[in-house]
Amino acid sequence: MDHKVVGKSAQRLDAVAKVTGRAKYTDDFFERGMLVGKVLRSPHAHALVTRIDASKAKALPGVVAVLTPQDLPQIKFATAGHPWSLDPGHRDVEDRLILTDKARFVGDAIAAVVAEDLLTADKALHLIEVEYEVLPHVLTAEDAMKEGAPVLHENRPGNIVSSFGVQFGDVEAEFQAADQVFEGDYETSIVQHCHIESMSAFAFVDTDGRIVVNSSTQIPHIVRRIVAQALGLPWGRVKVIKPFIGGGFGNKQDVVVEPLTAAMSLAAGGRPVRYCMNREEVFIDTRTRHGMKLHLKTAVSNEGVLKGIHVQVLSNTGAYASHGHSIAMSAGGKFRPLYDFRAIKYEPKTVYTNLPVAGAMRGYGTPQIFFALESHLDDIARKLEMDPIELRQKNLIKVGHMDPLTKNVVRSFGIPECIAKGMELIHWDEKKKAHQQQTGPRRRGLGMACFAYASGTHPVALELAGARIVMNQDGSVTLQVGATEIGQGSDTVFAQITAETLGIPVDMVHVVTTQDTDITPFDSGAYASRQTFVTGIAVRKAALEVRQKALEVATRRTGLPPAEMDIRDCMIVEASLGRAVCSLGDVAMDSYYDRILAAPITSDTSANVRINAMSYGVTFVEVEVDMETGKVEVTELWNVHDSGTIINPKLAEGQVHGGVSMSLGAALLEQMLFDPHTGKPLNNNFLDYKLPTILDTPKINAAFVETFDAAGTFGSKSLGECPTISPAPAVRNAVLDATGVAFHKIPLYPQVVFEKFREVGLLAERSVEHV
Amino acid sequence: MLTKNAAGVAARKRLSMTVNGRAVEIEIDIRESLLDVLRDRLQFTGVKQGCSVGECGACTVLLDGTPVNSCIYLAAWAHGKTVTTIEGIAQDGKLSPVQEAFVEEGAIQCGFCTPGLVLSTTAMVESGHTYTHDEVRRELSGHLCRCTGYQKIVEAAERALRDAESAVDESPV
Repeated sequence: MDHKVVGKSAQRLDAVAKVTGRAKYTDDFFERGMLVGKVLRSPHAHALVTRIDASKAKALPGVVAVLTPQDLPQIKFATAGHPWSLDPGHRDVEDRLILTDKARFVGDAIAAVVAEDLLTADKALHLIEVEYEVLPHVLTAEDAMKEGAPVLHENRPGNIVSSFGVQFGDVEAEFQAADQVFEGDYETSIVQHCHIESMSAFAFVDTDGRIVVNSSTQIPHIVRRIVAQALGLPWGRVKVIKPFIGGGFGNKQDVVVEPLTAAMSLAAGGRPVRYCMNREEVFIDTRTRHGMKLHLKTAVSNEGVLKGIHVQVLSNTGAYASHGHSIAMSAGGKFRPLYDFRAIKYEPKTVYTNLPVAGAMRGYGTPQIFFALESHLDDIARKLEMDPIELRQKNLIKVGHMDPLTKNVVRSFGIPECIAKGMELIHWDEKKKAHQQQTGPRRRGLGMACFAYASGTHPVALELAGARIVMNQDGSVTLQVGATEIGQGSDTVFAQITAETLGIPVDMVHVVTTQDTDITPFDSGAYASRQTFVTGIAVRKAALEVRQKALEVATRRTGLPPAEMDIRDCMIVEASLGRAVCSLGDVAMDSYYDRILAAPITSDTSANVRINAMSYGVTFVEVEVDMETGKVEVTELWNVHDSGTIINPKLAEGQVHGGVSMSLGAALLEQMLFDPHTGKPLNNNFLDYKLPTILDTPKINAAFVETFDAAGTFGSKSLGECPTISPAPAVRNAVLDATGVAFHKIPLYPQVVFEKFREVGLLAERSVEHV
Repeated sequence: MLTKNAAGVAARKRLSMTVNGRAVEIEIDIRESLLDVLRDRLQFTGVKQGCSVGECGACTVLLDGTPVNSCIYLAAWAHGKTVTTIEGIAQDGKLSPVQEAFVEEGAIQCGFCTPGLVLSTTAMVESGHTYTHDEVRRELSGHLCRCTGYQKIVEAAERALRDAESAVDESPV
């Protein structure tokens, strides 16, 4: 299809605002007389607060309010950023209070201070007297499920948040009948989002008595609901504003600081209060990515046909449920539209422990599942003495595949082409030959891994998106969406969809980038790689309505029926002749000022999107392993994606680069560490937590196989989370190829690689002697 | 933030510095960081706070042309010095070549690390030195970014350095 704007690398709309420092983030707004909030955190992983005395803190000059659990509504609420469910059985787990008198992890919020300035607030925190009854704590999912383990939440005596799984076919029968059955254990570590902007909000009570919360969030409309629920207020009493946001990656698809910030303002008589976490607090009291342990058991024929798979997942969700129940479940559905298993049994267990709360993070559990599955497939291929690519190719689903459980249909399936393209780009066959018979201290290896992902959450959750377009007097349009620009470039993509539909250039689409729940259309926000796909449909619908209305106004000037006209380059043209008949600006002026027929051209619409589209891709990677130090270096990497039509190639490449680097971090460097005896965090800062720096990051190559998916706007599918899934298992498989050593846990940082080499006898005697 | 100790008295100092070409005279608490003064007192909010301990580079400003983490630099030390924040880079509404390179290469996503990276790149460009690919990466390695995998940032920096070099080549001797 021939597009003027779609498929072109339009400059991102906010580039100038951001490169000049004029883009305002939550912390960049100042209100007169603004106060600051600080939180008193539990030093114990599990403890009851037996006494709390805030009188000395309250008496400190400059302290405006001190909040303790007793000062707040005792309403348990759920924090996960999902649309509300009218069905109580489908709601998120309501296990959280704004402040708690039972600490469930080191850092749990016990009390809060509102003061004139930060130093006073800090000092006041030290004046709050708290006595704790320390309880035994539990840090691993296995220990938490043991008989007699400490119980975190009274209504979950076994500490299991959720164990809802799925199955189809008869997996046991497949194991019985199979030529071969393979089993493997895999494990991923707890990592964090590490958005560079902190978690931050400020709140005040406005002149109408409504609570206004400004927040660095991906989900403003959901924040509004949850703040109201947590405080026991009518939802309309809360207004949420989302300005520019300095990264989210799923951490801000959760309600973290907003209810407390609102409570702080209420405690201070409605005065504006800012609560901005410091980096150490962001690490311990926002969200993390679930560390998971996975056991895979697979029935395979001698020819390498995958028959059935049993996946058992143990997911450590930390002290509160957040998204935990939903993540293990959701992630298990992603590989079904990739490999054609006849029988699947998927058994997740999501378990409370006394660790920081795990929640949504780019990929939503899928990176963990695919780390296990794609590692397992390479292990199987090795045992079958089969090429790992051939094993995968042999088992791919085909276009038209319908998932037996979700009923989602695969309408486009570019994986075969992605594999072929990736092999060519990395020179797979040549490199394979060159890497044979390596014996030296530095060995190279090749690895690959595939993934599948969805576009939004249908049919599990509601996928509602709103869009509003107003045509201005000059023929330009103003577009409002409830979907949030969080750096991924969604505003620019929506402008491109609008411009393409209306026959105008991108710079004539003015996108309101700030969301204000009073003003912006309803939309659940940035998550599940849903915005281009789901909100894109709403934007396209609004633009088509505006186009139709503009052509109807043009009819009054031209006498031509709307169906005979088109809008091209801001002109109304007679479609069959390509003849310009009047300008779009003329039409817009008529719509505002015609003394009899004036009616501005607008659309205020929403789309309830009840369809999904599967996105696919593959990572090809070459690594070099230093056999003496255990250091693994990525020497070449290609991520090849089928995300349907790419609406903006440059933005799409940017998504791939960032997602791949996040996965490489998890594969090689990153993990949150805790003292096993106390549950205290050991590396909750950017010095000790090994976020990849520029020097740790190799060249990342992005490539696309553009399929056309009939479900998506202009054929597009999801991309945002996709690149975060397959790089880690591809690296692991490349290390296996280079060294013959199969690792089962990430990250593969030098120490664990070294120790494993020593364990399997790969290190020469002299190395051992030196240790 | 204007801070007071418990007695309401703080050690204060009169600070004179030049910020983005304009003389600034301000009374500060000697405990305040340059970041605090620039952001909270002077409202240069383009200076970003990411970690407060010199790990992430988001608060980078140029101090007499040299990039520093303003969060671990006391405001008092800036006395008599010239400070450039991101707000001082574009002139008369026109982006600098470094800013243009960041925009053109698509080096911006959430934008939170962008001001610091633009300033460190500006310092490289203004040094007049030439940098290899590895040297560019090393010079920028004090900045953390979670969105871009640094790919287009390096491309933008190298483009700005290339453009600056060819501008020098073409200028009349």
